[in-house]
Amino acid sequence: MKMPKKLVMVGNGMAGVRTIEHLIKLAPGAYDITIFGSEPHPNYNRIMLSSVLAGGANLQDIVINDWSWYEENNIRLLAGHTVEKIDTKNRIVYSQKGIAAEYDVLILATGSNPFMLPLPGADKEGVIAFRDIKDCEIMMETSKKYKKAVVIGGGLLGLEAARGLLHLGMDVSVVHIFPNLMERQLDEAAAKMLQKELENQGMKFLLQKNSESIYGRGRVKGLKFTDGSEVEADLIVMAVGIRPNTDLAKASGIEVNRGIVVNDFMETSVPNVYAVGECAEHRGIAYGLVAPLYEQGAVLAKHLAGAETEGYAGSVTSTKLKVSGVDVFSAGRFDEPPGTRAMRYQDELDGVYKKIVIQGDKLVGAVLFGDTSDGAGLFSLIKKGESIKGREKELLLGFAPGGSGGSSAESRLAQMAGDEIICGCNGVSKETIQDAIQNKNCTTVGAIKACTKASASCGGCKPLVEGLLQIYAGEAAGEPVKEGICGCTSLDRDEIVAEIKRMQLKSVKEVMHVLNWTNPEGCSKCRPSLNYYLGMLWPEEYEDERESRFTNERYHANIQKDGTYSVVPRIYGGVTSPSELKKIAEVAEKFEVPLVKITGGQRIDLLGVKKEDLPKMWEELDMPSGYAYGKALRTVKTCVGETFCRFGTQDSIAMGIRLEKEFERLNTPAKVKLAVSGCPRNCAEATIKDFGVVAIDGGWELHVGGNGGVHVRATDLLCVVKTQEEVVEWAGAFLQYYRENAQWNERTSVWIERVGLDTVKKALEKKEDREALFARIKAALSRSVDPWKQIAREKELRKNFEPLTEPASVQS
Amino acid sequence: MAKHLIANLSDIDPKGSRTVRLGDTEIALFRLTGDEVLAVENHCPHKGGKLSEGMVCGSTVHCPLHDWKIDLKSGKVQEPDDGCVTTYELEIDRVSGSIYLTV
Ligand code: SRM
Ligand SMILES: Cc1cc2nc3c(=O)[nH]c(=O)nc-3n(C[C@H](O)[C@H](O)[C@H](O)COP(=O)(O)OP(=O)(O)OC[C@H]3O[C@@H](n4cnc5c(N)ncnc54)[C@H](O)[C@@H]3O)c2cc1C
Ligand code: SF4
Ligand code: FES
Repeated sequence: MKMPKKLVMVGNGMAGVRTIEHLIKLAPGAYDITIFGSEPHPNYNRIMLSSVLAGGANLQDIVINDWSWYEENNIRLLAGHTVEKIDTKNRIVYSQKGIAAEYDVLILATGSNPFMLPLPGADKEGVIAFRDIKDCEIMMETSKKYKKAVVIGGGLLGLEAARGLLHLGMDVSVVHIFPNLMERQLDEAAAKMLQKELENQGMKFLLQKNSESIYGRGRVKGLKFTDGSEVEADLIVMAVGIRPNTDLAKASGIEVNRGIVVNDFMETSVPNVYAVGECAEHRGIAYGLVAPLYEQGAVLAKHLAGAETEGYAGSVTSTKLKVSGVDVFSAGRFDEPPGTRAMRYQDELDGVYKKIVIQGDKLVGAVLFGDTSDGAGLFSLIKKGESIKGREKELLLGFAPGGSGGSSAESRLAQMAGDEIICGCNGVSKETIQDAIQNKNCTTVGAIKACTKASASCGGCKPLVEGLLQIYAGEAAGEPVKEGICGCTSLDRDEIVAEIKRMQLKSVKEVMHVLNWTNPEGCSKCRPSLNYYLGMLWPEEYEDERESRFTNERYHANIQKDGTYSVVPRIYGGVTSPSELKKIAEVAEKFEVPLVKITGGQRIDLLGVKKEDLPKMWEELDMPSGYAYGKALRTVKTCVGETFCRFGTQDSIAMGIRLEKEFERLNTPAKVKLAVSGCPRNCAEATIKDFGVVAIDGGWELHVGGNGGVHVRATDLLCVVKTQEEVVEWAGAFLQYYRENAQWNERTSVWIERVGLDTVKKALEKKEDREALFARIKAALSRSVDPWKQIAREKELRKNFEPLTEPASVQS
Repeated sequence: MAKHLIANLSDIDPKGSRTVRLGDTEIALFRLTGDEVLAVENHCPHKGGKLSEGMVCGSTVHCPLHDWKIDLKSGKVQEPDDGCVTTYELEIDRVSGSIYLTV
């Protein structure tokens, strides 16, 4: 075997690593590869940084090649090493940490640097770019402490940064020097529609503003414009453009213009030195999108592998804005240069705009807003340059006028030619995807992504891939794939519950076995769900499986980040007494509880308790568990009501205490919170509770499905009743109906939106139905015992709270 | 190398866990279905969660803090996360149920 040649690459980014991936497939073992990368990360998907900010992915999701990939392929990765010198005579590169590496072949893949406007004050803390993981982390951190963000630049990158910051809860203004957003991709009509949509999402715009200086001491306080106006800012993100990163090449005597100058085989002016990606300039163009860079990488890989290639001939590019709720597509000559004609379609009501630009009989450009499903097809026509004579209207409207009516997105996909590109980033054609589905058993978008890389970069083509899956998986797989409650099964909640009933399954293990679970012992999602469903279906006989409950429900306390726990005793209706308070105080002192806090649920939290102290504390407190940790009835908040309040119409305290005593210890699909207010002023915030009661003169309003958490939802009014007895009956019937019908971990707010208020009303309308439900909830409650008392009592249960004794040495 | 008697099988519930301290290290012992017992350092590579408090599924444990899944045999964190924990050799006397740890 030939000795492998030494290949060194500077830059561990998207274009470079893609080239290497390709190369090791074409010529395994031909090169001994070393990669230097300034960033302390393996190769990740830079494009997805926008999604990370906007909450669609986390930083772990965006790694393309993880550490083990480098290891498995024998690639030496020097992450966190910046190359600062190339000795092109002796063929050695040097990193700033003093590492030297010899090469036979050198690839420069150094990407771009964000362009920072040289404004006075641009060096202040809080002025950043949007380019890498570090920038992303700064934005996420900043959003926790500060409110006002300003993004300079209303192009693709700027708008994606702004959308992300909005998602992070910041107040965001976008400064743009031109009158229209994304002026390099959109015409005025599309730009205005885009602006309107983004304004609806909460973004503010300062258009035709020229930045002059940044002020603030140490940290940025704001931005001044040349017209004398200014805007306050705690964070300024500059997204005004990028510059090919050519410093290293220039200093090493390699020819540089705007980028590192390369020929069609990506060769630079120095022998054996290549450049690929955003740092390279080919035929006068330095590209800033991955699709052309991946094409360059494919050419370079073939060239280095000794495979045949015609060389790289440049690319036509298209862009999509990755902002949720906004579909924008632009390709080619959207700006109607002389000698072209344009055709437009605009529907203000649906927010759809389409324009195609034609030169002679060829399509040369397109802009789509609102509905971008034709983007891939139009882009493919632009690239092919074939005649579209006679089809112009069809292309614009998406269907042939006078034809057989509207053509659906699905039939358009089906008719698409096999060589049309679906995934622009990775150059994956329709037939490649079709082949993966039909011949390689890919039945999910994830499998297609793993097999072909389609939708692996910006994800913009995912709807098209899903569409193809629907068309072709049908024929091959017989039925479309469906998602189960977790990765261990393809069954959903209703199917599982029906099977448990039908086959009278009585344990978690049995369910998993009979219903063909793929992981024999399940996972942290299905185990607690099954445990809940079984307990709900067989209240009399099912033995609760402690080991299938979450930590908090197993130890009856909330685990904290350091492994200690918190203790919240029940304080019915938020009403306590001096002696109870004294007792709590004494226990807190005795066990040296680090923090005593009044909770948002009208009770007292003892935080930071050592696990082994829990049973003793419960014993000394001698109070029932408040279930602050469980999928169970939590608090019942009350206001003072008619007993003291001048507006009170009913005894809200007594009503609350009665409800809490009636339903405490109840297991529910997700936590359940109740509240009772004494009048419509609603001081107990009953209208954001799962079941809220608001007293009115002569009666009680019953409200359901509220939530004050992540997605705040105000309750729906269920009905109005007259007596306390009726309140209890309706509450019990409602809670039991929820227990029997919701998915595990589904709060009432989400459940009610799913099944509809009318369904719930109908189920509870008849008195006999309510009574039956009430009887079932009582049956479930009758078997419940207070867990704190039980554990304090039973040695066998207590042992799990204690560590094993330090070992006795047996032998050496 | 020293061999320590640290526990008896009956000290640990099936699919349960107990902890033992050895000098500065806290070790979590897990009893799997089929009475195999595995030991790992009681410290999640993510943010130090106590693995002993997690849910045992097959031969993996889910960390109680952010649900990372860790293979107890190899100590490796399962995809999509990444990392590993130290594992410890155990010896079990099947007659008496005694569990020995060699470190
Ligand atoms: C202690 C308390 C904060 C406080 O000091 O006031 C608290 C503490 C926790 N809350 Fe809460 N919530 C507390 C009142 C609330 C409230 C206010 C209320 O109940 O009136 C809400 C909004 C109301 C609601 O739920 O509709 C609230 C909405 C949440 C949510 C979001 C739920 C949702 O459906 O969106 C979570 C996360 C979850 O459950 O998945 C959560 C989760 C948590 C957890 C259990 C996080 C966890 O899983 O470890 C916190 C435990 C902290 C710890 O280390 O002990 N907490 N939490 C409050 C206990 C009240 C009580 O006496 O039981
Ligand atoms: C937020 C964001 C969103 C984007 N969205 C899209 C999109 O939707 N579609 C699209 O097509 N493109 C998008 N892009 C652009 C795309 O990410 C880039 O075109 C692509 O990453 C460029 O690849 P590259 O390998 O040339 O450079 P990079 O991925 O930047 O890699 C270059 C690497 O080289 C390292 N490096 C530089 N100098 C040295 C040195 N001297 N020594 C060692 N290492 C060095 C750098 O640290 C960097 O990690 C987006 C970019 C950003 C920032
Ligand atoms: S809001 Fe609730 S969950 Fe969040 S930190 Fe506070 S107590 Fe914890
Ligand atoms: S600490 Fe274990 S998953 Fe976060």
